[in-house]
Amino acid sequence: MEYEAVIGLEVHAELSTKSKIFCSCTTEFGGQPNTHCCPVCLGMPGTLPVLNRKAVEYTIKAGLATNCTISYFTKQDRKNYFYPDLPKGYQISQYDLPLCKNGYIEIETENGKKKIRINRIHLEEDAGKLVHSEYGYYSYVDYNRTGVPLIEIVSEPDISSAAEAKAYLEKLKAILQFIGVSDCKMEEGSLRADVNISIRPKGSKELGERTEMKNLNSFRAVYRAIEAEIARQIEVVKSGGTIERETRRWDDARGESYPMRSKEDAQDYRYFPEPDLPPLIIKEELVERLKKELPELPDARKQRYMMEYGLPEYDAGVLTSSKELSDFFEEAAKVSNNIKAISNWVMGDMLRILNERNLEVSQIPFPPAYLAKLVALLDKGVINGPTAKKVFEDMFDSGKDPEVIVKEQGLEVLNDESILLQVVEKVIEENPNSVADYKKGKKKAIGFLVGQAMKATKGKANPQLLNELLIKKLEE
Amino acid sequence: MKLHEYTISQLHELIRKREVSVPELARYMLNRIEKLDSKFECYITVTEKQAMEQAESVQKMIDEGSLNSPLAGIPMGIKDNICTKGILTTCASRMLSNFVPPYDATVVKRLYSNGAILLGKLNMDEFAMGSSTESSYFKKTKNPWNTERVPGGSSGGSAAAVAAGEAIYTLGSDTGGSIRQPASFCGCVGLKPTYGLVSRFGLVAYASSFDQIGPLTKTVTDCALVLNAIAGHDPMDLTSSRRERPDYTKALVNDVKGMKIGVPREFIADSVQREVRDAVLNAVKVFSNLGAECEEISIPIMDYVVPTYYIIALAEASSNLARYDGVKFGYRAANPKDMLDFCMRSRSEGFGTEVKRRILLGTYALSSGYYDAYYKKALKARTIITREFNKAFEKYDIIIGPVSPTTAYKIGEKINNPVQMYMEDVFTAPVNIAGLPAISIPCGFDQQSLPIGLQIIGKRFDEPTIIRAAYTFEQNTDFHKAKPKIDE
Repeated sequence: MEYEAVIGLEVHAELSTKSKIFCSCTTEFGGQPNTHCCPVCLGMPGTLPVLNRKAVEYTIKAGLATNCTISYFTKQDRKNYFYPDLPKGYQISQYDLPLCKNGYIEIETENGKKKIRINRIHLEEDAGKLVHSEYGYYSYVDYNRTGVPLIEIVSEPDISSAAEAKAYLEKLKAILQFIGVSDCKMEEGSLRADVNISIRPKGSKELGERTEMKNLNSFRAVYRAIEAEIARQIEVVKSGGTIERETRRWDDARGESYPMRSKEDAQDYRYFPEPDLPPLIIKEELVERLKKELPELPDARKQRYMMEYGLPEYDAGVLTSSKELSDFFEEAAKVSNNIKAISNWVMGDMLRILNERNLEVSQIPFPPAYLAKLVALLDKGVINGPTAKKVFEDMFDSGKDPEVIVKEQGLEVLNDESILLQVVEKVIEENPNSVADYKKGKKKAIGFLVGQAMKATKGKANPQLLNELLIKKLEE
Repeated sequence: MKLHEYTISQLHELIRKREVSVPELARYMLNRIEKLDSKFECYITVTEKQAMEQAESVQKMIDEGSLNSPLAGIPMGIKDNICTKGILTTCASRMLSNFVPPYDATVVKRLYSNGAILLGKLNMDEFAMGSSTESSYFKKTKNPWNTERVPGGSSGGSAAAVAAGEAIYTLGSDTGGSIRQPASFCGCVGLKPTYGLVSRFGLVAYASSFDQIGPLTKTVTDCALVLNAIAGHDPMDLTSSRRERPDYTKALVNDVKGMKIGVPREFIADSVQREVRDAVLNAVKVFSNLGAECEEISIPIMDYVVPTYYIIALAEASSNLARYDGVKFGYRAANPKDMLDFCMRSRSEGFGTEVKRRILLGTYALSSGYYDAYYKKALKARTIITREFNKAFEKYDIIIGPVSPTTAYKIGEKINNPVQMYMEDVFTAPVNIAGLPAISIPCGFDQQSLPIGLQIIGKRFDEPTIIRAAYTFEQNTDFHKAKPKIDE
């Protein structure tokens, strides 16, 4: 029998407000443990939460950007559970009246576009972090992250594969970054996902029992965890077993998951309305204002790149997959008259170098206009293709203007025929075998000779000109 | 007359006329506490050093003319569930037996800025859970009128301190009657303000949607003075009201002519101690004679009050008390096996019986499968009870009745019968359920010479009307003048 997977994601994104959700402590990442806290976020006796207005606005923005309905009457609830990193013994969250509900986003799949419905987006506070001692039987608690505002974005189980899950996450990340409500830094835990997975015979309408995988904090982990869990579930069913409702923990290093807790010891969170915070009445004017404030979203920008710049859909899609990348591209494109070349550079060499050097777009040491300059140097024939690649690498090292690099290192293309002619003659003299091959009709031998000549000019020769001169000389 | 017998307004005059200095007064009160407190056990912590320092600096400010609040230089005490910066705040619990808050409650800040002198922190039922002050981890406060009797609770220390002259006035907190019932048992004035009138910031939460801080004083005038200082919006408490605070002393008017007073027949049922009922009916007569229009009415919800109150309050309490897990402050069990053992034993050993009982009941009421049957039903009942009162207030300016069905009972008499203890709140809890203001004033004595309290309930934020009614009653009767006989 063939099986298909039914997957739903719960994504937590930390909001990039300056202060925490219920107090004025900074939300800055890092810092010495327990230096970003106050009596309120530590839940000390007698303290009360005061809701951060910005956090509510950011949540509404996220809802608007994902086609959700905004609730005009909402409230906060307490989710009760014990954990040492949870200062109050409960988390202030939203239960039955989330701020946003019934939205969707569109992703690209192998079979074209697909809508992934969003069940709800609600606002809640983050917990702290446990640090376990390597030596003794001690654990320490760092409350710096406690009270950082979070949104939880819950999808419907509309996702069918690891690839779709990854595409959904990437799209969500791009949207949140575009509207500026979260920096979505997965390595700092500001974007993390819980994945619910079940399988069923292909074509069946019924849902199978699902398992939940908690706190996946990279696209790779999400992808691999889903692949592994689908395989595991199929294996269990095929060998006559049944899937148990349970929460599993994914070990990314070992590439496998193991059970954390089962349905029997599932938490009873005892939700009830937060009595320290009055219900939240959202005014229509606020929603209207936020709607107006929304910037161009990734899909709209993609359309514009296709229309305005005439870029292929694929290019436009890659370029708008992240706000930083897209902004970089656009800045460079603004000052260039070869937009397709800019797009190629960004999608090709730039992403490759960032990847190789493990850099973020924000860490690029030169302004986007320098890329436009590089393209212009190439287009004007001041430098050749291979040199341009080398200059681009140099720009990542030094942050220098490509014109300066070319000048300093004397990388201009060698167009002087008299010099090139000397090089050609020398190459012909030194490579009698290849010359003989060429004369016997092996036209391909010319490639080797051009290569040798390029080498002799340290790659600076105008290859076109070199080619012409070589052929002319050989045909003589 | 001795200094401890003076009211706030009388002492203000003495200080103003320089007949007594603030440090003299503070020293006098501290000496009195030292002499008497072993007998009544009102205080958990006496802040002698801070009181004398405060007194010196307040006197200086009065001399400079930079402080002329009626509370300036007046010694007071604060219930030990209201946070005081740098001063032990225990909630009368082993769990918080070493907790020193790094912040002041908003009410404390406001009193300090009015020049109030803090004598110390007052005993109470553990985490404000109880009606007799017998559940304190530290001590059992005695009723100054009869030391074999309870002072009421949970603000028993606050009420007893005023009655015994161990403070000129005090602050208590009222979740289901915890200011009014001890005020009634100890023969003083106790006000539970409208929910949202006084900031809860710094009040260690018992049941957030009911808790309210209020004053315990000797007279209604003093009550208005303290309320003036502590009421008003606080940006640190989102449930605190933004409306402007009136000057409550303007309500100190000796006149109830034409005032419409409802007397619920459910409040004067046969189950109420006869002397209490007689005192309340006598109060009705006093008001009628002064020109008020008194009518018997019916608020047919009394059977639901105690269950509704206890389900919602304990649900909130179970959550509010979850933070005491031994991790960050307070009591921590020794040599735990693992994390679960650490948390469970810290809570088992740190909390007293009544607190544990209430946490269990609250947890049960909120747990899945029982939520709809208990918590949700109770919320509906809360709406109905509130509606019943609002309906009555369409016709009446105030509602009056007893505070407690009985006068102060013997220490140990009810402690092993929690349900009987919970029934103590039957006349006070509806006021908290509906978020209304209510005051308790002395209105008589039983055959044992124990005080009886009259409860005057008003509309939301209509403290002026209940203060006016209470003031008028006080001006036309002598009950507030009686003092407990204390061998010094």
